[in-house]
Amino acid sequence: MIFFTTETPAWIVAPVVLPLIAGLFCFLFSHRTFSIALIAALLNFLAVCFLTRQLILFGPMHCHMGGWQPPLGITLRTDGPAVLMLLMTAVTGLGITLYARGYFSHRMVTPVRSDRHRQQQRYFWPLWMLLLAGLNGLFLSNDIFNLYVTLEIVGISAASLAALSGKPASLLASFRYLLVSLLGSLTYLLGVVFLYRSCGVLDLDLVQNLAGDGVEVRAALALLSVGLMLKTALVPLHFWLPPAHANALAPISVILSALVVKGSFYLLFRFWFEVFASIVTSSALNFMGTLGAIAILWGAIQAIRQHRLKLMVAYSTISQLGYLFIAFPLARVAGNAQLWSIVIFMALAHAFAKSAMFMAAGSVYLHLGHDRIKDISGVRSSLPITVFAYGIAGVSLMGLPPSGAFIAKWMLLSSSLASAQWWWALVVMSGSLLAMIYVFRVMSRFFVIPAGLPPDTTEPLSPLMEWPSLVLALISLFLGLLAPWPLLILAEGSTSLAQVFPGGMP
Amino acid sequence: MNPGQFLLTAILLSSFIPGIIIFSLPEEQHRLRTILNLCGSIIKISLVLVMDAAIYYGYIFEIRIPLIPGVDFLLNADPLSALFATLSSVLWLLTTVYAVGYLEGSPNRSHFFGYFSLCVTVTIGIALAGNLVTFLLFYEMLTLTTYPLVIHRGTEKSLRAGRNYLIYAFSGGAVFLFGVVWLQAVVGPVDFSATGFSPSYLDSHGTVLILIFALLIIGVGVKAALVPLHGWLPQAMVAPAPVSALLHAVAVVKAGAFGIVRIVLDVYGAQNLLLLGCLPLLTAVASITILYGSVRALQQDNLKRRLAFSTISQVSYIALGVSLIDQPLAVIGGLVHLVHQGLMKITLFFCAGNLAETLGIHRISEMHGVARRMPLTMTAFTIGALGMIGIPPTVGFISKWYLGLGGLAGGNWWVLAILVVSSFLNALYFLPILSRAWFGKQERPWPEELYIGRFETRLMLLVPPLVTAFTVMAAGLVANAQISPLTWVRFIVREYGL
Repeated sequence: MIFFTTETPAWIVAPVVLPLIAGLFCFLFSHRTFSIALIAALLNFLAVCFLTRQLILFGPMHCHMGGWQPPLGITLRTDGPAVLMLLMTAVTGLGITLYARGYFSHRMVTPVRSDRHRQQQRYFWPLWMLLLAGLNGLFLSNDIFNLYVTLEIVGISAASLAALSGKPASLLASFRYLLVSLLGSLTYLLGVVFLYRSCGVLDLDLVQNLAGDGVEVRAALALLSVGLMLKTALVPLHFWLPPAHANALAPISVILSALVVKGSFYLLFRFWFEVFASIVTSSALNFMGTLGAIAILWGAIQAIRQHRLKLMVAYSTISQLGYLFIAFPLARVAGNAQLWSIVIFMALAHAFAKSAMFMAAGSVYLHLGHDRIKDISGVRSSLPITVFAYGIAGVSLMGLPPSGAFIAKWMLLSSSLASAQWWWALVVMSGSLLAMIYVFRVMSRFFVIPAGLPPDTTEPLSPLMEWPSLVLALISLFLGLLAPWPLLILAEGSTSLAQVFPGGMP
Repeated sequence: MNPGQFLLTAILLSSFIPGIIIFSLPEEQHRLRTILNLCGSIIKISLVLVMDAAIYYGYIFEIRIPLIPGVDFLLNADPLSALFATLSSVLWLLTTVYAVGYLEGSPNRSHFFGYFSLCVTVTIGIALAGNLVTFLLFYEMLTLTTYPLVIHRGTEKSLRAGRNYLIYAFSGGAVFLFGVVWLQAVVGPVDFSATGFSPSYLDSHGTVLILIFALLIIGVGVKAALVPLHGWLPQAMVAPAPVSALLHAVAVVKAGAFGIVRIVLDVYGAQNLLLLGCLPLLTAVASITILYGSVRALQQDNLKRRLAFSTISQVSYIALGVSLIDQPLAVIGGLVHLVHQGLMKITLFFCAGNLAETLGIHRISEMHGVARRMPLTMTAFTIGALGMIGIPPTVGFISKWYLGLGGLAGGNWWVLAILVVSSFLNALYFLPILSRAWFGKQERPWPEELYIGRFETRLMLLVPPLVTAFTVMAAGLVANAQISPLTWVRFIVREYGL
């Protein structure tokens, strides 16, 4: 234990390296995939816990890989937001790993096309591990080109995962997803080129110090932002998300909706409020806020209009992502610390709630063989835990107390009222009410007692498909009561106070 | 954790834990489920009584968990909480007994009783909430836990009612949240206290504070069914009878009324409100609701709908009482009606449920001569109805007496006028039922005779209304005794120094 509590920053590489190795092993030992992935997910979780502990004990850290100082070397760093995003990924990832196991083992039972299912499973685990490594790298990396690499890893593995179901609709959607993702990455890369031309460095801290207020830097920021907005599916660049998320296999929908979109948002947020904070103008912030407001309302209205459960959940993601952006215009009044807490709470609550909800939707789909909202009555008696999880996740999406989203919304409301920008508050409130409509439109169907006999295809689902979603939903519901802890981690603050360690690998 | 905090936690858990266990029980385990329910409610009542005694002797209960700066989760038991908590836990026991009898043999009972227990946990949470944020938390939870009960039957009609209920309740919740955040932005974090927030904000933010007061009252007014926010209540009558009883007498409507009391007495405080001068608005809304509810009740033939409109009218006595805040007697009348209305209305709903369950009677026009078939039920109903009209020695008389005295003491003769008109209307819509039931002659066979046995109906359906009806009489007769709702309310009002 002494080894872990010392100030060695070596653990910082574990969240990247562990899943990467696990991915490789999954590929090599294709009959032990689940055990390898589960061990990797658990170790990843432990490593992140150590990082959290380290952060609380010693504050933010920088680690120069291989001992090379920037601008030559690559730097990883931990700080409050990064660690919280890692925690979010680790916890959700653990849930997803268990759920995927239940999902694939259930599908293996059905003899029809079991070859295809075996193949799906074979590709799922390595890709999922790769994606996990990419995401963790994205949260930890402090180098703008390195970030591009992680974005590509995440984007390509996500698009391949989305294609796994093999149905024409999902192939089409995932192809579009791939193109959008590449387009986003290329735009981002172009931004990096601009930036490198004007500053000559890639390390984020150095960029922050060197980037003046020139045309090139502004253009670079614009390009970076557009690329990331495309990947985050901010309205009006959201067109690719619903089909890709809704047509993927259930565990993959969860990964895409709960985690992948958070990665690019996290980068965008860091760029706007840390690296380039000095050149961001109020009108730009208002612009982003307006897009966020449109996303909240548009996404929710589309969610209400859907006839399929998974599409509804996917549109709800678009709506919920809007809340992350609506915080932007409040930066001037709320201050950066408050802004970080709003965004982080929103992101955490959404990740847990949305993963629970997509898991529930996936279980319902697998159980009934379809997800038409008007025909899903009667599930309550056969899948009680799933229905519970759906309900609790819905409560969290609506931002009711004591969910984490409530804390975020409370802070949003109070800073918008304190600065007399009450229209943001109105958008937030209407968003919650619209969320109530789409959540309960489905919920009420669950409660209908079906007229005829229940369908005879009711083969019980594995508990691995029901419990992870309930646990994640409960985490998101009680996140609000646990609020002091995330705030404690966040209070460790940004990288500016970081201690620098020359050491590299252990 | 000190003993007080332990007690508060135990009070909440005594229905939460049975609720969670009941959810996981298989459908057939009705014996175990009933035992859990009854044990839970008996433990809860005993704990609440211990708490009441401790509060009387000045013990301070408080659990405070800071969430984010300026937002605390705060449980705090004061005499007012004790009033509501005692009412809820006692009526919960009776309603549980009743519901066990009522739902015998119907599907999805483990869900029903699970939500039932959660619902009471949340109601007690509302009673114990020590600031607006905590109140809001439980207030929204109440909507969530009652929704499955309202749509329990799972028919299209109940789904429609449930949807309306949700839209009303959550819109109210949103307005309330808006008000709470705004109030905090203006005056900072407010814990419930006998004086309300500091009067120093009145000069600088007078208009804003009036606006916020309106927002908060609208927010809780949805559940309290103030006109014009009452639309959901008559529709929610599709729920099973124990749920209606719970909604009307214990949980939902009462929570709204309790919220009004909290906002007036504990958030704003008497002095601030008198200086702001916005109480006449509340008085006007309450008076309109009282009259409107009574008039609409007259037109209903469906028994439960008539009772629903009667609830709309009766609950507003509470709002009326606290809105005349400079008159302690009126405040006493309003607060004590919180308990009295609960006792009377739950009796009436139990009886209506008995008629429906035993004979299939849903309409007043089917009630000719029913008292001869079900004398005990109709006796209880009669006592409840006479109480609603305000005939001594029932508890309804006590409430109206104090309200009237308070009105006169403040020189508001129109309060008395409203009471008289309303009582007259109450008589108009209750007395025909009574005369039809007792003196009418059975014309047709009962719509659907479901129970024939030793007693007029199942024992578990019969005992609860008799107990509540007895309490309606007894609490009225011994209103001045050492232990009675009235005495406790006097104690509360003394605490506020009115």
